[in-house]
Amino acid sequence: MIDQSTLDEIALSWEEYRLIAQRLGREPNPLELGLFGALWSEHCGYKNSKPLLRLFPTEGEHVLVGAGKENAGAVAIGHGLAIVMKIESHNHPSAIEPYQGAATGVGGIVRDIFTMGARPIALLNSLRFGPLSEARNRYLFGGVVGGISDYGNCLGIPNVGGEVVFGPPYSGNPLVNAMCVGLVEADGMVRAVASGPGNLLMIVGADTGRDGIHGASGLASRTFEEERELRSAVQVGNPFMEKLLLEACLELVQTGWIVGLQDLGAAGLTSAAVESGAKGGAGVEIDVLQVPRRETGMDPYEVMLSESQERMLVVVRRGYQDRVKTLFDKWGLHCALIGRVIPEPEARILEGARVVAAVPLAILTAPPLYRRQGAPSSEVARLRAYDLSSLPDAPPGGMSWSGALLALLASPNIASKRSVYRQYDHQVLINTVVPPGGDAAVLRIKGTPKGIALATDGNGRLCYLDPFAGGAIAVAEAARNVVCAGAEPLALTNCLNFGNPERPEVYYQLEECIKGMSEMCQRLGVPVISGNVSLYNETAGQAVYPTPVVGMLGLLPDVTRHCTPAFKAAGDAVYLLGADLAAGATTGPEALAGSEYLAHLHGLVAGRPEIDLELEARVQQLCLEGIRQSWVRSAHDCSDGGLAVALAECCIAGGLGFTASALPQPGRADALLFGEAQSRIVVSVAPEHALALEERAQTLNVPLIALGAVGGDRLALRPWVDLPVAAAQDAWEHGLERAAGS
Amino acid sequence: MFLARVYVTLKPAVNDPQGLTILGGLHTLGFASVEQVRMGKYLEIRVDAPDADAARAQVEAMCRKLLANPVIEEFRFELDAPAPAAG
Amino acid sequence: MKFGVVVFPGTWSDMDCYHVLDTVLHQEVRYLWHQETDLGGADCVILPGGFSYGDYLRAGALARFAPIMGAVADFAARGGLVLGICNGFQILCESGLLPGVLMRNRHLQFRCQWVHLRAERATTPFSGAMQPGQVLRMPISHGEGNYYADAETLAELERRGQVVFRYCAADGRITEGANPNGALRNIAGIVNREGNVLGMMPHPERCCEPLVGGADGLLVFQSLVQSSLKALGAV
Repeated sequence: MIDQSTLDEIALSWEEYRLIAQRLGREPNPLELGLFGALWSEHCGYKNSKPLLRLFPTEGEHVLVGAGKENAGAVAIGHGLAIVMKIESHNHPSAIEPYQGAATGVGGIVRDIFTMGARPIALLNSLRFGPLSEARNRYLFGGVVGGISDYGNCLGIPNVGGEVVFGPPYSGNPLVNAMCVGLVEADGMVRAVASGPGNLLMIVGADTGRDGIHGASGLASRTFEEERELRSAVQVGNPFMEKLLLEACLELVQTGWIVGLQDLGAAGLTSAAVESGAKGGAGVEIDVLQVPRRETGMDPYEVMLSESQERMLVVVRRGYQDRVKTLFDKWGLHCALIGRVIPEPEARILEGARVVAAVPLAILTAPPLYRRQGAPSSEVARLRAYDLSSLPDAPPGGMSWSGALLALLASPNIASKRSVYRQYDHQVLINTVVPPGGDAAVLRIKGTPKGIALATDGNGRLCYLDPFAGGAIAVAEAARNVVCAGAEPLALTNCLNFGNPERPEVYYQLEECIKGMSEMCQRLGVPVISGNVSLYNETAGQAVYPTPVVGMLGLLPDVTRHCTPAFKAAGDAVYLLGADLAAGATTGPEALAGSEYLAHLHGLVAGRPEIDLELEARVQQLCLEGIRQSWVRSAHDCSDGGLAVALAECCIAGGLGFTASALPQPGRADALLFGEAQSRIVVSVAPEHALALEERAQTLNVPLIALGAVGGDRLALRPWVDLPVAAAQDAWEHGLERAAGS
Repeated sequence: MFLARVYVTLKPAVNDPQGLTILGGLHTLGFASVEQVRMGKYLEIRVDAPDADAARAQVEAMCRKLLANPVIEEFRFELDAPAPAAG
Repeated sequence: MKFGVVVFPGTWSDMDCYHVLDTVLHQEVRYLWHQETDLGGADCVILPGGFSYGDYLRAGALARFAPIMGAVADFAARGGLVLGICNGFQILCESGLLPGVLMRNRHLQFRCQWVHLRAERATTPFSGAMQPGQVLRMPISHGEGNYYADAETLAELERRGQVVFRYCAADGRITEGANPNGALRNIAGIVNREGNVLGMMPHPERCCEPLVGGADGLLVFQSLVQSSLKALGAV
């Protein structure tokens, strides 16, 4: 009879156990129960999130592979080409061993992309850490960046963007979300499918060891205290092996010798075999004795649930196994025949001649789905109701407004991330047209005039204060970022990082965030093509900020007409799109809600962020048209740190000054300078095109303000701010390094 | 079966930034007595050879040919008496 | 001109070199698999960047024993042109085709960034299209590019004019601040005594089109093509 400790080990409840026994019509044996533990985990089975994920719009004219269908989603970009992309978390492993956790996170997402026959052409990383003032957070930050750097660089995939954000709720709960983007001929995509009884299952890559057992059920489905004892679950990555697998698999998919390809990720062989069998409408039979091992004495349970890295499952057409083996031999990779596709729709595990498990795939792949009741916490209600107008309209401690701007520019969340991304090869494959550091990276697509823009975004603090608005803002900002690069948003992938969904306040955050994201997606016409959910990100009952991370893909018909935030020429007129001179939303206290200014300088997280979905769509349309018409010469999303920071960043990037001639009035200086009202973009326009932009704005019903002109070597927003661009640059360029003490 | 424990270290004159970084880290942790750290590589090599001299000659050749770069590194090794093969 | 681009397991600049030679410069180019022993009639062999054999043990240490390297060494001994870029430079040093070694960057971090280089010599087949003292802008991307050689070797390199590229400031001055990795004497690229084997840490193949940030790398490849035309003229 089963006991509590066994169920705890695989993170299944008694109800779930009874359901398994009822559906099987018998008690599962321990190996079978292990299979259920893995496949019914949140990580593999999405049992808490699936009903909510159905809210996402997933259809679109460009969509070739929609969300949840394969290892990653795919969209057509013309010329017979498709972009394949996905973002995935490796939060829990990174919390335990940051270097290996982040490295294997990169490895996993890269396999998801080349599994589909696509060549990975870009990586992005969205990272969250606790404040750098704590030694443990500095250790996690350094380890994660080092792991990403060493693994990605060895693979020769450019790491072109992402975010690094710091905040107290991420102390001890870092978020490590890795995104990979691949390019493939649209008709050359491969499915992760095991079909055609008699076809053969081969495993290729690293030998199987005991590492990572219970990664899916254990790590990703529990909170952190329990997990510190599960250190043995940490896997060690081998990027060289991954590079060989990548090249060998891309060669293999050209041959026609295989029917499917699936990487071994969470829950290892179990999940790979069961999911591809279920998709192929057939069953799978695996003899664990045939699986090459790194350690002796492994039992079937360990072989089936190992999460050893850099392994792939290949479904080979019968009769082609020798050719497949020769191909892998050429790359110095070991492969072994471990089983076959069977007509009976079940997972049959053999140990030699003996059947050690036999479970219908239909039961394994249908975990119970939970629809819970969420409720906001009273703490959040209090913070939302905070009267921001009660704050004095002045920086703390007698600081000047210029001083406040310099402090914000030097704050780790706003300061340049160059000290991070210069450790990543962001140029290999020579497609990088706009490198990391701008709103979005831009890559050319060789052999076509086109380009793609890529950005990630997600503001946990805003989601904490209002998960619906915060979710919508995550989508809006990511789209705004690619629009600022001159690209039309085409599709997105997302990673939902939340706490324990069994707690009502967390479930509320999850549900509202997804609703907000979905509505913004609908309004912008951008489908969700892939994603990942990471729950249980908490320590001692303290969850991370609800952090949906959006990875956005945009398309440029002509990559030479891309745009960057840098001011280009003295005399250009600077506009703020999305706001007018009388806008209370820009200068009222509500604009400070959830702002970096409040958090960094006043130590306050409060207010209720808002977004007007309709205005957002119109502002993006105006900006994109302005860039396409070549009116707009620079464009920069006005977000973290508000207008003063956005203008400073445009000056720094362009090495040019700016003087304001008109600023929104009346209202609060703090809100004007540092407020984070949404749907605003700072653009510069050659004087001869200023009228055209203004007229188009009127037609599209987009408010805008002619702020002033580019020129000189000072940033002047008089009477509040007046300082040399060089001073702003020094603060911004070195802020992160100074904070990290490196 | 012989077990060779091979140590590859930087020549004394060669700068060792890793060693210096570790030295700094140890000082930060309060190990003020640490005067120097030099970082090297350690390898365990199991060699099938008829006798110790033959094993020693093989390991010596491996070190010269591959394991150490004579421009910056030197090596030494210890050879253990016949040991049972691992696992 | 016929180029051969060597592919070791773990190489990743092979496709970039191929793209530039084929699409940008319209030269004949083919890949050379590490297990081949024949260079297929190439006039110039390129050892591209990457992490051959994972750079395990030491960067380039394992690649030097690949079968193709025997052919490359023979080719070099006969005066054939060999260009090692990044990992290729490391392999050339490990093979003894170039003196010295590339150690871990002084600050221990990988660096991907643009640097300025001063062309110290314009009389090699790799730099003939440059002006002596010309400042070039190229990207680097490496964790082990810290050039080291003993004092005697360095003195000889300098005496014989084997240092072809040095890291410099934008105005061409050789400064400590312009040195991205701690390389002795700001060395970014050297040739062998005979002048037909060049190793360099920066990536000329990454800057051959203005769209991707610069085109100074073309000068390296154009120098090679010019030198081969000259050689033909001489025959």
